[in-house]
Amino acid sequence: MTDLHHLSIRELGDGLSSKRFSSVELTQHYLNRIQRLDTSINSYVTVTNELALAQAAAADAAIAAGQAGALTGIPLAHKDIFCTKGVKTTAGSKMLDNFISPYNATVVEKALTAGLVTLGKVNMDEFAMGSSNENSYYGATKNPWALDRVPGGSSGGSAAAVAADLAPFSTGTDTGGSIRQPASFCGLTGIKPTYGRVSRFGMIAYASSFDQAGPIARSAEDCAYLLGAIAGHDAKDSTSVNRATEDYVAQLNQPLAGTRIGIPRQYFNMAGLDADVKTSIAAALKQLEQLGATLVEIDLSTTDAAIPAYYLLASAEASSNLSRYDGVRYGYRCENPANLTDLYLRSRSEGFGSEVQRRILIGTYALSAGYYDAYYVKAQKVRRLIQNDFLKAFEQVDFIAGPTAPTTAYKIGEKQDPVAMYLGDIYTIAVNLAGLPAISAPVGFDTAGLPVGLQLIGNYWSEARLLSIVHQYQQHTDWHTQRAAVAKEGV
Amino acid sequence: MAKLIDGWEVVIGLEIHCQLNTNSKIFSGASTEFGAEPNTQASLIDLALPGVLPVLNAEVVNKAIRFGLGVDAEIGRASVFARKNYFYPDLPKGYQISQMDHPIVGVGHIDIQLEDGSTKRIGITRAHLEEDAGKSLHEDFAGMTGIDLNRAGTPLLEIVSEPDMRSSEEAVAYVRAIHSLVRWLGISDGNMAEGSFRCDCNVSIRKPGQPFGTRCELKNINSFRFIEKAIEVEIERQIELIEGGGKVIQQTRLFDPNRMMTRAMRSKEEANDYRYFPDPDLLPVVVSEAQIEQIKAELPELPVARRERFVADYQLPDYDSRILTASRELADFYEAVVVASGGAAQAKQAANWVMGDLLGALNKAEKDIADSPISPQQLGGLISRIVDNTISGKIAKQVFAEMLENVGQTADQIIEAKDLKPVDNSAIETIIREVIAANEKMVEEYKSGKEKAFNGLVGQVMKASKGKAHPSQVNQLMKQLLG
Repeated sequence: MTDLHHLSIRELGDGLSSKRFSSVELTQHYLNRIQRLDTSINSYVTVTNELALAQAAAADAAIAAGQAGALTGIPLAHKDIFCTKGVKTTAGSKMLDNFISPYNATVVEKALTAGLVTLGKVNMDEFAMGSSNENSYYGATKNPWALDRVPGGSSGGSAAAVAADLAPFSTGTDTGGSIRQPASFCGLTGIKPTYGRVSRFGMIAYASSFDQAGPIARSAEDCAYLLGAIAGHDAKDSTSVNRATEDYVAQLNQPLAGTRIGIPRQYFNMAGLDADVKTSIAAALKQLEQLGATLVEIDLSTTDAAIPAYYLLASAEASSNLSRYDGVRYGYRCENPANLTDLYLRSRSEGFGSEVQRRILIGTYALSAGYYDAYYVKAQKVRRLIQNDFLKAFEQVDFIAGPTAPTTAYKIGEKQDPVAMYLGDIYTIAVNLAGLPAISAPVGFDTAGLPVGLQLIGNYWSEARLLSIVHQYQQHTDWHTQRAAVAKEGV
Repeated sequence: MAKLIDGWEVVIGLEIHCQLNTNSKIFSGASTEFGAEPNTQASLIDLALPGVLPVLNAEVVNKAIRFGLGVDAEIGRASVFARKNYFYPDLPKGYQISQMDHPIVGVGHIDIQLEDGSTKRIGITRAHLEEDAGKSLHEDFAGMTGIDLNRAGTPLLEIVSEPDMRSSEEAVAYVRAIHSLVRWLGISDGNMAEGSFRCDCNVSIRKPGQPFGTRCELKNINSFRFIEKAIEVEIERQIELIEGGGKVIQQTRLFDPNRMMTRAMRSKEEANDYRYFPDPDLLPVVVSEAQIEQIKAELPELPVARRERFVADYQLPDYDSRILTASRELADFYEAVVVASGGAAQAKQAANWVMGDLLGALNKAEKDIADSPISPQQLGGLISRIVDNTISGKIAKQVFAEMLENVGQTADQIIEAKDLKPVDNSAIETIIREVIAANEKMVEEYKSGKEKAFNGLVGQVMKASKGKAHPSQVNQLMKQLLG
């Protein structure tokens, strides 16, 4: 049973239901791996050993009683942005280092209902602000493929834990690429659903009109299982859309033939686009063509406008969303405040990291009297133009393809300039501005042996199609089955 | 022609914060009941825990629409909630959810009654929905401040008027009209002592014909009397300031009722930049034509229409009609009395009893019509006994006094128990014979032509009958017996 961590979600479900192994055994296996290997990865902030084993025992009882679902007893790691009842929920921040949530996020609740076992809470950039996981109060998470490199962010812990086989799959959130870019950097598959598909209730807000939860896993099939479990309308989230859920697993084998895939000219003329990335993407597109897709060159002329619009709007929302962390009711409070202003100033200056403070300042500025029209209102107009640009493209093609990120994983500490870091989000961010679904899947390695990710963007509510395209690609390729050295360890 | 004070014209505009009487809060399911133990009515959402989201209480929107229809206003078909950002310990999220560019209620108006009996139309600029903050408790915590978040998230309708009022009296008349309307519509209890109805007054002065002067805002006044006083002392302050060569600076001021003065709280320069922007957690509130029509159909008859109907259907004087439509409860009460006393023919008599005897007694006892110890059916029953000549008006007053004392008794029960029925002819005859026998001198005087003596005899009979005899009955019998 030493290779339990190499099984796919479907194989795990089969093993559990046929009682080849129990959920307690499976869960203990992962807990052992985390204990043994996570010291070098730093993917977990909190490991919920006892809770996990209790949930596993309950899952085994359900399986024995014949009341199990497809996912009952399979372990899962949650990004530490989802509130988990009775468990520390930090959002990667000193501000919430002492916060134990009294309630479950809808995503957590749905995972429990599906019978999934919570292994723990995984590391992230503070309040989901970052692309490298270096902005965590709990230290940088390492990329399992190269321990001196970043796993991407902000769902870096979610990706690293899966890439190191410290969890079969994990939840992540994506505000500007935070599921897709870490999936790309860690050789995994990750999907950001249409805005409104997954409830945001209990998911600590960064930028409310962008934030969307989704799965990170090894394959499209594994993602399909988890997305099916967490998607759906939620009356507790006014922005969640009341639309029937789908069986994503059942739709994985939709034929690819005749699918038109648009290749935006602008995506391949980027100054920062790595040659190795370009080569892998070109090869992957060729493979899709061989599988029956038609490639069409298209224009997405608003591509360059996405980053400035995003950093104004997301920061504006963040500046307001993070006002509740004031040291008054919960979370970090400075020592011996002299007065109210001192309490606010020091609690927030000491409790928030520098990237969070930078975005609060940008956002506050963008909303200020006299600047609101020039920044916030103009950025909203740009957002609408970007959305229209995509919708126009979707009149011509079914999907849009390109690199997920211009580079592979860079070294920890390598990108000191925040703007250089922001530019790495060039391919992912426009998708969040438009609220569209998009998936990242591994399609090769660069010369240093680091994974390259392909991004496929779909029209609204095309999650099932996105998963099925990647699934069929994965039936003919083995990039997604390759493992980093640490994942091959047989613990 | 506006009233001038020392040659100055006063300009007043008001913002009224009216708490809507929903069972639960505007964005959470927590109860809105007043007076609970601190922080026992604050949910995860009211506490602004990480990850929580607001969900709009649909009832709040319906009540705001009711108000909009009550002031003949445009209803916002897609109103938008916005965040008003500022830090304060009793504001858990660090922003208040309010409405800015697209309020639920647009331009409307209400008519107020002036002292000379004429009416004046006051423009309503807008009314928007927002959530209340919690309370900071500065006492009882030995140098610290306590925070009670029970009130956080209570639904408020902020009603903004045009600067149409020209005196403190007009301002009070406007506040009274809005206060009466929101209670009439059943959307607020209007309880000023509990803070469910409070007022900010914007006051400026100018010479007639000149543009508006610089205004000052008087914050959070919660009684009709204080509104009048606060505006008066502020007008006085501004006149003295300008006539002394000074300039009014735009600022927010607090009224101190103990010292009868206003004092500066903060100036415009120190004011917060609230950084309003649309709340991304909430969708625009789309109101359909059908929804408006349904609310319109459920609307009670509005005060003005009812007043006019009282005049037309009951032939009441305008004065009576106004008093009886001061509140919906009073108007309902009055109409129930009319029905119970036998219909529209008794309308004026019913009005006299309600306005005179009943409201007088209630005022004395400091009670509201809702707490009247006498029901409309009881009062109507009493009036019908006057109408059918069972009792005299004088006896009716006694019966009424008895009703106030012994709650729940009908007029008939009291008349029976207290033996207040008029005495029959034979009994009166006996009394008259006794009175004639005992007053020979007065009988002589009457027979010699002194009418006054006759009245004296009747008085004696009335006294002996303990008022139960009808004077007309006595007159008639007495004349017969005296030949």
